[in-house]
Amino acid sequence: MASTENDPLKIGRKVFLWTVLGAAVFVASAWLLVSRGSLMASWYLAQGSTYAADIDNLVLLIGIIVGVWLLAAELVLFWLIFRFRARKGVAGQYIAGEDKREKRWVSYPHYAVLAFDVVILVFALRVWNDIKVTAPATEETVRIVAQQWAWTFIHEGPDGKLDTPDDIRTVEDLYVQVNKVYRFELHSRDVLHSFSVPVFRLKQDAIPGRMISGWFTPTVTGTFDIQCAEICGLGHGYMPAHLHVQTPAERTAWLRDREADRFAGRAIPPTPVALVPARPEAVVAADHPAGHALAPAGVEGR
Amino acid sequence: MSVQHVDTSHAHGSHGHHAGHHDPGFVQKYLWSTDHKMIGMQYMFTGMVMALIGGFAVYVFRMQLAFPGEAVPLFGRVSAAQYNSLVTMHGSIMIFWVAMPVLLAGFGNFLIPLMLGCDDMVFPRVNRLSYQIFLLSAVILVASFFVPGGAFGGAWTAYPPLSANSNYSMTPWGSTLWVVAVALEFVAFLLGGINFITTAMNSRAPGMRMFDVPIVVWMIALASILFMASVGPLIAGAVMLLFDQNLGTGFFDPSRGGDPVLWQHLFWFFGHPEVYVVLLPAMGIVADVMAVFARKKLFAYRTIIYTAVATGVISFFVWAHHQFIAGIDPRMASLFSVTTLIISVPIAEMVFVYIATLYGGSISLTTPMLWALAFVAEFLIGGVTGIFLGAAGADIYFHDTYFVTAHFHYTFFPIAFIAAFSGITYWFPKMFGRMMNETLGKVHFWGTIFSFNVIFIPLFLTGSAGDHRRIYDYSQFADLAHLQPLRTLATMALLVMIAFQFVFLWNFIYSLFRGPVAEANPWKANTLEWLAPSPPPHGNFAEFPTVYRGPYEYSVPGRATDYWPQHLADDAEGPKSSTSSRSS
Repeated sequence: MASTENDPLKIGRKVFLWTVLGAAVFVASAWLLVSRGSLMASWYLAQGSTYAADIDNLVLLIGIIVGVWLLAAELVLFWLIFRFRARKGVAGQYIAGEDKREKRWVSYPHYAVLAFDVVILVFALRVWNDIKVTAPATEETVRIVAQQWAWTFIHEGPDGKLDTPDDIRTVEDLYVQVNKVYRFELHSRDVLHSFSVPVFRLKQDAIPGRMISGWFTPTVTGTFDIQCAEICGLGHGYMPAHLHVQTPAERTAWLRDREADRFAGRAIPPTPVALVPARPEAVVAADHPAGHALAPAGVEGR
Repeated sequence: MSVQHVDTSHAHGSHGHHAGHHDPGFVQKYLWSTDHKMIGMQYMFTGMVMALIGGFAVYVFRMQLAFPGEAVPLFGRVSAAQYNSLVTMHGSIMIFWVAMPVLLAGFGNFLIPLMLGCDDMVFPRVNRLSYQIFLLSAVILVASFFVPGGAFGGAWTAYPPLSANSNYSMTPWGSTLWVVAVALEFVAFLLGGINFITTAMNSRAPGMRMFDVPIVVWMIALASILFMASVGPLIAGAVMLLFDQNLGTGFFDPSRGGDPVLWQHLFWFFGHPEVYVVLLPAMGIVADVMAVFARKKLFAYRTIIYTAVATGVISFFVWAHHQFIAGIDPRMASLFSVTTLIISVPIAEMVFVYIATLYGGSISLTTPMLWALAFVAEFLIGGVTGIFLGAAGADIYFHDTYFVTAHFHYTFFPIAFIAAFSGITYWFPKMFGRMMNETLGKVHFWGTIFSFNVIFIPLFLTGSAGDHRRIYDYSQFADLAHLQPLRTLATMALLVMIAFQFVFLWNFIYSLFRGPVAEANPWKANTLEWLAPSPPPHGNFAEFPTVYRGPYEYSVPGRATDYWPQHLADDAEGPKSSTSSRSS
């Protein structure tokens, strides 16, 4: 067969070797970066939780691996287009690609893809397991209730327990203390929502009728966005909330102020989630703090 | 297996296949035609009209994102409800009413009988019914814009309880019409798919074995099988959703014992194979175009088919990667991460095969070839960015951000537009008997490709920086404020891209009536459709062809011409490769 002449195979082997070599070098350097810690998306989004850096490093690792593959594939593609452009008097070659020698062109890269997949999987599942499957010992619990179109946060009061009279209930503002392990209990009153805190790299859907728990440990103080990341109707875009990460001193002062509010009768009375009716109209009538804009007309008009 | 041409008796059986069909009249010709070419054309034109509607929707909501609250030219101020409806309709239309009809039904109907060398589909009347149901579904969907409450706004994935209860969605009519339209659309494609599979199995020209069938036909048949195997759960889900909406059942309502996550399983069990349902025909088109314009036998023809089958099979085991953080048991994510990354292996191999096909070719960069090569180049980006999302750990952050949006547009745009443009520009001479203008074609190509990348590269960045999807107005989010210039850039690039589509429309319509008359085989291609006159008459072939070899025998050594049509009974010293390619 015409295709058994060695030229295409040699070049193919060379391209392949260089690709593997380049990939290996990049993966090794990626490993170094990863093992030295954070060097990623942090340049435009703060890393605000203990696991933010883990996710960023995973993204970096994947980025380097697939980046090399992408670059190699695109280079080969464009080089072939250029190298084998139609020229007068030069006919195409007849290569069926059916025998083993020729197939090595694609089968070696394909084994390499499999190998890299395994590498990515090992890291990805480790990160996933640390964040979503296991959790460190809880230091404080916060209950998060999503509804169309607001977030309610129920904090433990000074007694360190939920479902007691000193619970602190806030709407659209979550207050947490830096470097403390939080467990959250996520509820929804109506449709699906998703509790998303970009600086934590945390996202979890809320499902009506279920309590989903997870954890986070804030590491940076300040005020950050909380988003609803699952479309939840008309006001989906109008469901921002704020995360306030406090220093221990701020926390103490805040707790004291809330206690004062409670004794002055200014606090929002706690409503156990189980008692909240499932129908939205009832939620609006019975359960929503006065003055909070929920009416769809208000959203429409903006 | 029988390789006899099966002369199915259908509506036109008694007329014979040759010239002498009487003029069927307008109604017979356009409304009740059973001719596969007419039905394919109808699917394609309906898809193009729907693409204009879906394109208008994206124009309106991208303008709202670039200039929040300002009146959009040709539309006016966009309300939050309208925004959600437009986003939802854009997604639904582009996938179900553009990619599916153009790639699967349009090219499938037009090409399968021609490429197999027969006169029509096996079930022409089922075929006609398929289009009529499809048209009905499109009308219902478009009508839903104008009902009280407006069109459905719960995203194309229609997650309940939002989609199941009009108290939540506030689109009492819109949600129902959406479900009805989607269900009817599935019925239409089931009917079409039955035809594609049966025809590919039974109506091949004498001498044409399964491995002599062009890749594009293989892909359309495989996609149809994939569709039929995956759509059942979703049709069941759609009926349950319809009952929840209108009859007061509680399949997805947790307060009455239902489970909203059940819908997600039903939807994505179909939804992920659906990606491959539209991908495979696109890959098929690209393979055929690349072989012709590289004057090259496809590299490892059988490997392409095997990898397509492998992809199809694995695609049934990956669906929950859409639900990593949706409240499923987190331990399940490990399993679905593994399957998801494994699916990269056959798909990557397929792309490698395509790239390898170029080796040793003689590549002419005609418009269809440019589109085909651009498909490979752009789809690669879509493919590798999927790895970030399939890796469960990274998906915690990327889920439901614009990174996802950018990722799947890098897959769906190459599928639904780049491959479709490749196919349209390639088969236009056969469809309409005239050539398209190459210069306008290239202007359209470069304008579209350039602006496409400028739309979606910024969206990868905004997504990585935290922009979440389907948001009416980002001004509420302090942490995202600095991303506004990127959003505006994407919108500007979209305007450029839309502008360039008018070049295509002009080229298409002008060439339809005034283009230079095309010969039967203007590209010097091997497959059987080029044997028929351009455009093929009712009945397709003056004399049914017999097939002697595979479809990609280009640049065969020792031949005077660099192509070797499948139907030519050669002759004297045919090289050994022609027989070796036939061994099974």
